[in-house]
Amino acid sequence: MTAEIPVLNPVEPFLRMDRMPHIWCPACGIGTTVNCFARALLESRVNLDRVSIVSGIGCSGRVAGYLRLDSFHTTHGRAVPFATGLKLANPSLHVVVYSGDGDLFAIGGNHIIHAARRNLDLKVICVNNLVYAMTGGQTAPTTPVTALTTTAPYGCHEPSFNLPNLMEAAGAAYVARWTTFHVRQLTRSMTEIFQRRGFCFIEILSPCPTLYQRRNRLGDGLDTMKYYKQRSKVRHGAPTSEAALTKEGEILVGKFVDRERPDYLDVLRGQMQAQLGERYVEVEALTCR
Amino acid sequence: MQADPRGVLTGVHFMDGDHACCEGALAAGARFSAGYPITPSTEVVERFAARIPTVGGTFIQMEDELAASIAILGAVWGGAKAFTVTSGPGFSLMMEHIGLAVMTETPCVFVNVQRGGPSTGLPTLPAQADMMQARWGSHGDYELIALSPNSPQECFDLTIQAFNLSERFRVPVMFMTDECVGHMTEKVIIPPADQIEVYPRRHTRVGPADYQPFQPEDDLVPALAHAGEGYRFHVTGLTHDERGYPAMTAAAQDRLVRRLQQKIRRAADDLIWCDEEGLEDAEVVVVSYGITSRVAQRAIDLARERGVRVGKLRLIVVWPFPDQRIRELAGRVKALVVPELNLGQMVREVERAAAGKAPAIPVSHAGGGVHRPEVILEAILEAAR
Repeated sequence: MTAEIPVLNPVEPFLRMDRMPHIWCPACGIGTTVNCFARALLESRVNLDRVSIVSGIGCSGRVAGYLRLDSFHTTHGRAVPFATGLKLANPSLHVVVYSGDGDLFAIGGNHIIHAARRNLDLKVICVNNLVYAMTGGQTAPTTPVTALTTTAPYGCHEPSFNLPNLMEAAGAAYVARWTTFHVRQLTRSMTEIFQRRGFCFIEILSPCPTLYQRRNRLGDGLDTMKYYKQRSKVRHGAPTSEAALTKEGEILVGKFVDRERPDYLDVLRGQMQAQLGERYVEVEALTCR
Repeated sequence: MQADPRGVLTGVHFMDGDHACCEGALAAGARFSAGYPITPSTEVVERFAARIPTVGGTFIQMEDELAASIAILGAVWGGAKAFTVTSGPGFSLMMEHIGLAVMTETPCVFVNVQRGGPSTGLPTLPAQADMMQARWGSHGDYELIALSPNSPQECFDLTIQAFNLSERFRVPVMFMTDECVGHMTEKVIIPPADQIEVYPRRHTRVGPADYQPFQPEDDLVPALAHAGEGYRFHVTGLTHDERGYPAMTAAAQDRLVRRLQQKIRRAADDLIWCDEEGLEDAEVVVVSYGITSRVAQRAIDLARERGVRVGKLRLIVVWPFPDQRIRELAGRVKALVVPELNLGQMVREVERAAAGKAPAIPVSHAGGGVHRPEVILEAILEAAR
């Protein structure tokens, strides 16, 4: 019967439609980012059989499960090291990590800085909704100072991470930030990272209307879009040190870093070749029989 | 299937247990390892790091054991045979991904060269105190397989078995050695590749259209596909159905968790592997494993010299535990003596399996050394009285 239903949305072939409806709340931004990602897959003309997507845990950690790709929903914070093993076993795969700010930068913080340092060819997409949403809106390392969360009922007092700055410092070859208002720019960045080799990072500022915007009296989904539109400033190549986010301040967006750094595997192979000569056995993939 | 000769260092070697374990992994077809340095296990990955570029594979030193233990799972789904190596403190960090490997049925091997604990404990001295952690350390209900070698030769042989069992049952296999065996240097014979049997990956034979990633075969083990082959499968640590999709119901939980348990339990008779000697007319049986079995052997010999009919039961496969064998022996012996380098772990299993038919007598040692044979002898003589 399903064959008779015409495909209405061009991104449907990229999704596991048999898993719809998804779990995300109305006005949540994660679905918007998935839409952009699906369009980026379409526009990049990448062979979908060769794309793997890895997520950690949390609302954004559910993305892997909705994409019709080889998809891995792993443990909390560990999507990046899982992706590292996957990529090293079969370097011809495009390996995308799609997860949230808490997953990637709190429990997974150590892993992501080391992955950026290595410059292994991974594409990391971080949906930043400023809180732990799946568990009910607790403080994250990205929560702006004074914002209310369930574990900071009198306002967050901890300084938050500036994610682009952290990723640049750790060694990422590509760093961009957009909001869920910037769907075209985001799609372009997502398309672009499929053409880059090395550790790529995109932060997407995304609303959690249920647990962040509402608790902080920041209005509904539409109000957040207006805020993103009015207070975002596109500055490609801006110093990431200026990209810190505040509760209601300016949002610096754009492509901040796009640089050539030696790729992890190129360096590894080159060094083995130099040291071992003919004794070095280079293999394309580690596939067992 | 026979071993890939590229990984097999055929010959007679003088080698320690850690290095023999590495050679076993290479012979079994492991082409990926992710590690984090920790005494007394590091020699395994040091050797792997040196050897693997000439065999065709990759070693990566990760930022911690959490990362190492999940990088190997990623590598398996990417097509590789993979393992990681650690000791107590690192093993504690790896529990998370032993659980993920169980839940996602990812074949892989965790080597634990045991040292004294708790916490940092005795980094350079032996213990056998992680035996229950190996079985129960990750949360939730599950079954897995654990092996315990007592010599460098067995470090080679049993590492191959560990990989074979992990592939056959799609389960993480715990390789529970210890500092003594790891650092003991002895003769290790590595046979030609064509004499080494390797269990192939249970790769699906059906095409993407018909593939259900967690549809069990007759032995309750599903066939897998690797990333990049066009199957576009989903794998999750959540409770899932045969399609691999999350299924958040009590019924789905029951169905999945029971299958994960039963795929091992149903095969337990086939998996049980003990080294037995003198059990036919034994009045006392010494149950031991790993390094302690070698000390126990001396005590057994001394007891026999004194005319005590003492038998040996050495656990090679520790988990699943040989319940039936112990129960049967308990029905006809005076006592079971259980020396181990902990304050009483496997002795509880012996006691449970014996079900009151014969006492299980612990001979405990907190670790940091091995027993003196006289201590075990004393327990045997006391039990025989």
